[in-house]
Amino acid sequence: MKISPRSSAPGAVVAKIGRYTFLSVLLGFFALPMLWLASAPFNAHPTLNGSISSFTLHNFSVLLKDPYALPSLWNSLLLAGGTALLTVGFAAAAAYALSRVRVPGRDGILYALLLLSSIVTGTAAMVPLFQLAFKLHLIDSRLGVILVFTGGLLPAAIFILKDFTDNTPKSYEESARVFGASPFQIIRHIVLPMIRPGLATVTVWAVVNVWGNFLIPYILVRNPDKYPASVVLYTFYTEGGQPNLALISAFSLLYSIPVIVLYLFVSHRYGFRFHGGIKR
Amino acid sequence: MARTASPAAAEDPAGLGRARAAGIAAPALLVVLAFLVFPALWTLYLGTTNYRLTGHAARHPRSVGVDNYTTVVKDPAFHHSLWLTFEYVIGSAVLGQALLGFVIAWLLRDAGGRVKRVIEALVLLAWILPSSVVAFLWSALLDRDQGTFNALLHTQGTAWIVEHPMTVIIIFNIWRGTAFSMLLYSAALTGVPPTQLATARMFGANQWQQLRDVVFPHIRGHILTNLLLISLWTFNDFTPYQITGGADSRSQILPVYIYQTALFDGQMGLGAAIALLMLVINLVVALVYLRLLRDRRLERVA
Amino acid sequence: MAQIRTVDLTKTFADASGGVTALDSLNLTVQDGEFFALLGPSGCGKTTLLRTLAGLETPTGGAVHIGDADVTRTAPGKRGVAMVFQDYALFPHMTVTENIAYPLRVRGVSKAKQHEAVLAAASELGLTGTETTVGLLDRRPGALSGGQQQRVALARATAANPAVFLFDEPLSNLDARLRLEARTFLKRLQRELATTTVFVTHDQAEALALADRIAVMQSGRIRQLGTPREVYRRPANTFVASFIGSTPMNLLEGTVRDRRVLVADSEIALPEGTAGAVADGTAVVLGARPEYFRVSPDPLPGAFGGTVAVAENLGSSLLLTLDVAGTAVQAVVGEEDEPEPGAMLWALPRQDRTLLYVDGELVG
Repeated sequence: MKISPRSSAPGAVVAKIGRYTFLSVLLGFFALPMLWLASAPFNAHPTLNGSISSFTLHNFSVLLKDPYALPSLWNSLLLAGGTALLTVGFAAAAAYALSRVRVPGRDGILYALLLLSSIVTGTAAMVPLFQLAFKLHLIDSRLGVILVFTGGLLPAAIFILKDFTDNTPKSYEESARVFGASPFQIIRHIVLPMIRPGLATVTVWAVVNVWGNFLIPYILVRNPDKYPASVVLYTFYTEGGQPNLALISAFSLLYSIPVIVLYLFVSHRYGFRFHGGIKR
Repeated sequence: MARTASPAAAEDPAGLGRARAAGIAAPALLVVLAFLVFPALWTLYLGTTNYRLTGHAARHPRSVGVDNYTTVVKDPAFHHSLWLTFEYVIGSAVLGQALLGFVIAWLLRDAGGRVKRVIEALVLLAWILPSSVVAFLWSALLDRDQGTFNALLHTQGTAWIVEHPMTVIIIFNIWRGTAFSMLLYSAALTGVPPTQLATARMFGANQWQQLRDVVFPHIRGHILTNLLLISLWTFNDFTPYQITGGADSRSQILPVYIYQTALFDGQMGLGAAIALLMLVINLVVALVYLRLLRDRRLERVA
Repeated sequence: MAQIRTVDLTKTFADASGGVTALDSLNLTVQDGEFFALLGPSGCGKTTLLRTLAGLETPTGGAVHIGDADVTRTAPGKRGVAMVFQDYALFPHMTVTENIAYPLRVRGVSKAKQHEAVLAAASELGLTGTETTVGLLDRRPGALSGGQQQRVALARATAANPAVFLFDEPLSNLDARLRLEARTFLKRLQRELATTTVFVTHDQAEALALADRIAVMQSGRIRQLGTPREVYRRPANTFVASFIGSTPMNLLEGTVRDRRVLVADSEIALPEGTAGAVADGTAVVLGARPEYFRVSPDPLPGAFGGTVAVAENLGSSLLLTLDVAGTAVQAVVGEEDEPEPGAMLWALPRQDRTLLYVDGELVG
């Protein structure tokens, strides 16, 4: 059955050609910048263009000997792990309390905090954050960086997790309560297992945020031994003051692999998309 | 069914009680207060001082009233930076990311198979790779002598980042951030009832008419939310600094300008004053979007 | 085993307009071992009453006694009650075994004892495998049918070994066919365990079928309390009369004159035992269930005469709606009768089954 006269054959062919042309250009646009990441690390004489003249793993062995490269990945891991742990723990507790016990104006406050966090965590607060860290002797402290990250990520994390608890029927908790479970037993046995997908979402999101962030550690960390990978990437220069492409490219790849693996895992396991809620 | 009128909205199903609830909410709230709310308020105070990173004013900051603000408001460099920021937000977020994200979501909405998977994966990778890495990727791509881009176009010797810094960071940010809009619109498009689209098609509506009459009315809320979030994120984005190095005033968007003023030049009080103005602008942008969102809700009720 | 007693139980909910009274000074006694139904439309307070018995709501006034103890301020877990929720509230991340064992787990009962109790409860509810069927104990609730979920919820409540069962709409989540099976099963289970049971339902057929006694509720009050037979035969007021019965009772407004009720241009005999109780000229409502009519194509004295407006087939019978001088009167006839729409019929209510209401209350 032919429904629309407009989908007649010649027009449809043109539309199809246009569509595929567009998709090809799109593919090129998004793929082109990444070619370098895939090729340069294995190039014996890396240049800035993407071609491989001679394959090598030498760049990685140089990297292994660098005093800052591998420790910086460890630093990134500590920062990301610590922040994720604090964020998920604190946010889950707060989200549950806010979801289940009535606080006047809670939604307004939460929304205001969310807005504030999306504004402040960027750059507007870098001066007071620096000062605050300075006064609290948290310059050069991993804890300081973790706390600053946690403060910025918490509002959104609470928002996401509250969405999960709001959508969990209260009868589960009530049922456990009638059977004699204490509030903390209920949280441990019932609530936490039920919002596990939310906890996973927030964990991944916090890790990716911290892993990639440059500004906050750049401002708050002075000691090169404590630099995370995002900052260390900017320290690879040759003796002549030129960027050391061999190290930069190899290190970029190493530094990106955890994120890529995480992406593959998440998209394989859950499908990387938003479900209903649209919170970042 | 009989449950609707009963107190299904009963509070506190676990018997937590207010005291314990406050107790478990406290750590999160304390951290937020200390590291988010306090710095935001502190910006207010700092903006009225001559606080500097080093020297005498670092130890004994003095109140200078609204001097910082008048200085900033009169400063042509600030005007310039503000203008660049608007260009950056409008060009890369509102026009770039939102439009491209929607087009991708629309074109791929019922595509399957490899094309969709590959495109989605690339767009998402651009979004989740660390900012330091993507900054280098783009520096490499656009390098004057050896960049892939010049090699493709046979324009060796063109230093794109130096010659067209704004265009570069705008296109860069489109590349970097389209994923969010794409994901959001994909989710939104699944909420458009297929029967309504089928009805429109049956009456002979073309693609544009289908979009205008069926799709946009359904996803208006998503569009506004998307624009709000990506505008704010782009407004506060510091990544361009990692490409341009920040010194070039032709691409100093506000976050970079603040960094240069406060931490590079050490004039922290002045930096705070700019930051506060920036907060206010952010707030205004947010309120405008929220207002539009609310109007839409009222329309629905009416 | 325990009796339940409420004394002046009151519950109000704050809302924008000041407050809604969900329970209005309720005094109610449920006997030990009784199967007791709380029946009423949405918002009548029945679920609030059940939740107050469970301790999930704190009453605004009055007291709740279970057994010998005043439990008004006792935590839900310490009242010796087990509740089955409308959605069953089976924990989705636990297996059937873990779900059934949960009440014992929070009490710190040993694993061995838990296992024993789970097996006992599961076999009572038919959840263990037999030679021909597979056991359900290792599955998660998501992999069970609605009926199986309901039985797991019952098993979990049984394993708690409570003095009182509280069921919130226990059958409403099942489809029509399964609901009848589950109803029979539930009644047998309650007889065997002989545990005091209170259940909430909005389905009058369910209440009639299951309960030893029914409390019909409206706006936080009990409008009638009695056995299913009493509630069905002699609804104490027009609210209960219109609520009970699968085909609604005819409630016809009329006036009394000379031992008859003038209604819809017809003269119907006063119900048995009401003669002399009502003065001539009193405005009344005559109640007559459609099931208790004699219907004839020939004129009957003291009957409603009217034309068939609608005939609905109920399977074993036919529900006729007669147009009697502009008033609709419903009557049930046997399956062998098939009157055409428009046909003239006479419908005579059985005098021993008609009821008379003055100001909404039953007379006689």
